[in-house]
Amino acid sequence: MKFDIEMLFKNDLRIIVSTFIGISFLFIIVAMILGLDFNGTVNTIQRIMFLSAVYAMVVLALNLQWGYAGIFNIGVAGFMLSGVYTMAIITGDPNGLIPGLGLPIPIGIIGGVLVASLLGLLIAIPTLNLKADYLAIVTIGFAEIIRYTANALTFKTFSIAGVEMGTGAGRGIHLPMNPIRGIYYVDPSNLGLGKTVVGEYIFGFFEIIQVQSSVVVSWTYAIVLIFVVGLFYLVVYRIGNSPFGRVLKAIREDEMVANALGKNTDIYKMKVFAIGCGLMGLAGILWQGSYGYTNPTTFQPILTFYIFIALIIGGSGSNTGSVIGGVVFASLLFEGPNFVRRVIMHVFKFDQAPNSIIEAMVPISSLDFGPFIAYSLANISSLRVVFLGLVLVYIIQNRPDGLLGDRKELAASIDISRRPGAETKGGKGA
Amino acid sequence: MCAYSIGMIRYYNILLEKIRRDRGTAIVFLGISILLLDLVFRLIIGKSQSQVVATYLWDGLVIGLAIGLAGVGLSLTYSILKFANFAHGDMITAGGFSGWVAVFAVAGMGKFDMKNLLLVGAARPINVTELGISVSTTPVVILFGLIVAIIGTILLTLFIDRFVFRPMRHHNDGIALLIASIGVSLALRYGLAFVFKTQNRGLTAASLTASYSVPVGTGSVQIDLGEITLVLVAIALMVGVHVFLQYSTLGKAMRAMADNRDLALITGIPTEKVVRATWIIGGALTGAAGFLITLERGTISFQFGWILLLLIFAAVIIGGIGSVYGAIAGGLVIGLTSTVSLVWIPADLANVAVFSVMILVLLYKPEGLFKGVTTA
Repeated sequence: MKFDIEMLFKNDLRIIVSTFIGISFLFIIVAMILGLDFNGTVNTIQRIMFLSAVYAMVVLALNLQWGYAGIFNIGVAGFMLSGVYTMAIITGDPNGLIPGLGLPIPIGIIGGVLVASLLGLLIAIPTLNLKADYLAIVTIGFAEIIRYTANALTFKTFSIAGVEMGTGAGRGIHLPMNPIRGIYYVDPSNLGLGKTVVGEYIFGFFEIIQVQSSVVVSWTYAIVLIFVVGLFYLVVYRIGNSPFGRVLKAIREDEMVANALGKNTDIYKMKVFAIGCGLMGLAGILWQGSYGYTNPTTFQPILTFYIFIALIIGGSGSNTGSVIGGVVFASLLFEGPNFVRRVIMHVFKFDQAPNSIIEAMVPISSLDFGPFIAYSLANISSLRVVFLGLVLVYIIQNRPDGLLGDRKELAASIDISRRPGAETKGGKGA
Repeated sequence: MCAYSIGMIRYYNILLEKIRRDRGTAIVFLGISILLLDLVFRLIIGKSQSQVVATYLWDGLVIGLAIGLAGVGLSLTYSILKFANFAHGDMITAGGFSGWVAVFAVAGMGKFDMKNLLLVGAARPINVTELGISVSTTPVVILFGLIVAIIGTILLTLFIDRFVFRPMRHHNDGIALLIASIGVSLALRYGLAFVFKTQNRGLTAASLTASYSVPVGTGSVQIDLGEITLVLVAIALMVGVHVFLQYSTLGKAMRAMADNRDLALITGIPTEKVVRATWIIGGALTGAAGFLITLERGTISFQFGWILLLLIFAAVIIGGIGSVYGAIAGGLVIGLTSTVSLVWIPADLANVAVFSVMILVLLYKPEGLFKGVTTA
């Protein structure tokens, strides 16, 4: 086992770290072209790292369900929502506009993860034996039920056993102040009360290299999230390489065979579904927790599709692929187009974009592409999703295994193709 | 001995299955009867008003037929191509837009800026009262729009099939096709947003549309001509599809393929031709649905079809995949659930009720109400 983990860190950690470094380098160049100052550059990288870490977490959770066990769950957004909202309700101020229970944040996080897993279990028990496409429709329907419920005016405030609480309906709900601030400030909710000793030193140091204190705080949170991605990775890796995980892979390949070998596949699927949903809830909490506020619109089905695109890019079934997919999706496909727009707008000066596509297309007949490019850049948020859709179609047609999905599963519990001293020969023979 | 015990186990399993199904049906009937009794009770004690309930019933019928019509196309492709097409909702939207481009261009020619008319008012809002489109005053233009919507959607589905689904046909993997259709859905929806912009806009002049009030109890139910058009055209198209599938050679070939693709292939049915025919018929129904739904609502936005998609899936599943009658019945169940449930629950939970019904049907009757009937 020790040997195995060493191998893992030698290769996969290198791939992940070089991806992170490569992406950072790319965005440093972008920031230089845009003429951002040092503070702006550091902040840009922070945003990219934060979003990458969030996607890497959710994609790892989804990989556990789809990559390992072959359970096609397209209700990811719903499970994330239930985690975030439970956390918000547990930690909310009992005397606030939308009353909560007023309990500490750790209890809120544990509660959120538990509720997300329990909802997963609730939907998993009766549905896991449905055909995959039916399961897809049930899970997306369930996620929409959760979202409509969170959006319903009926539950804006409600009371259970005399205790007032609520979801805030369409207006959304407040989340507790990010506890990371507590490292730097005496009172996280009132910055005016002064800094802690750590805050004095670290802010002082970063002021010398002209990085604002708010950027330092966000970077700290991003680093914490990257650390949590590591934890997610280890959890999913350990589950996947345990006897439990081997049964999951057997279910993915042929459930009937796994059943015939005496494994109660239903129990395995329920467990992995509940664990995956819990991790999705946790990822949702860590993502939305940094904003201090969340609303149901954030959790539309398209969020689930983004996560699927990230997993499919990376390669379903591969944990390293999941992290890479999350990073590549968040940085290049999701945030990338906005930076492309900013770079093009910065380098070339365009006139005001025409306000309809026909006005933008007409000049093309006289080989003037300026108005069309200006129109495309002005509507880049739509074009980005068109591009995502085309990428998804392309990958599923041409590289259904994603970037790192073509690795072979080992039949033996030790890797005989990678015997020490015979590394270069074995090849795919495992 | 061994054979005997296997036989016993099989018999036992069948018995269990029967009990499970019967229990499901029993629960459904019990639930519906309780709700109906409660409804009658509410009407008698005056807690619900009869014209309100009648309005719910009429609206439910209209929504149900719209969803059913949109569902027939989905049901056809689902049963013959064997995958859940998540791009279906956006094909509906595309159908709606193509029809309204034609209607706006014809109705507003000379009076408004043609470029803006071709984009259904994406550049600047168009005053719909001034444009004056309605079923009552300009029926010929509306019919023209319906035909353009049908042709436009057929061309679109054939194009998508050629470049997305046909190259994947040999995989025979429903989930890969489903994922590809999600990609198509995203590209199509936001492609429409790129061209037509994202705002919701008016289409018909409500003041010009003829409206009739039918007296019920102490009040009355408002029925307008847009709704009547939708109901009549939807019923006509559904009957047409049924006759086509039941009696034409191509229809029989389609049913054969839905039943057993390999068997259809070796008996000499040109499967690729049948697939194309499926897309053409499905596309036609989808385009018609998109146009009629927007005609009835009087507004259009780039994601109205996507929002309807889950309801349509619910209808198709409830009715039984591949069954035309099933899609209609399922549509009516969904439509009536979404309106009549308002007797008991607030409006913002209507969709929760609908999706719950869908999940319950999948759990207790996964083969749908019209089980065993494939594409008929």
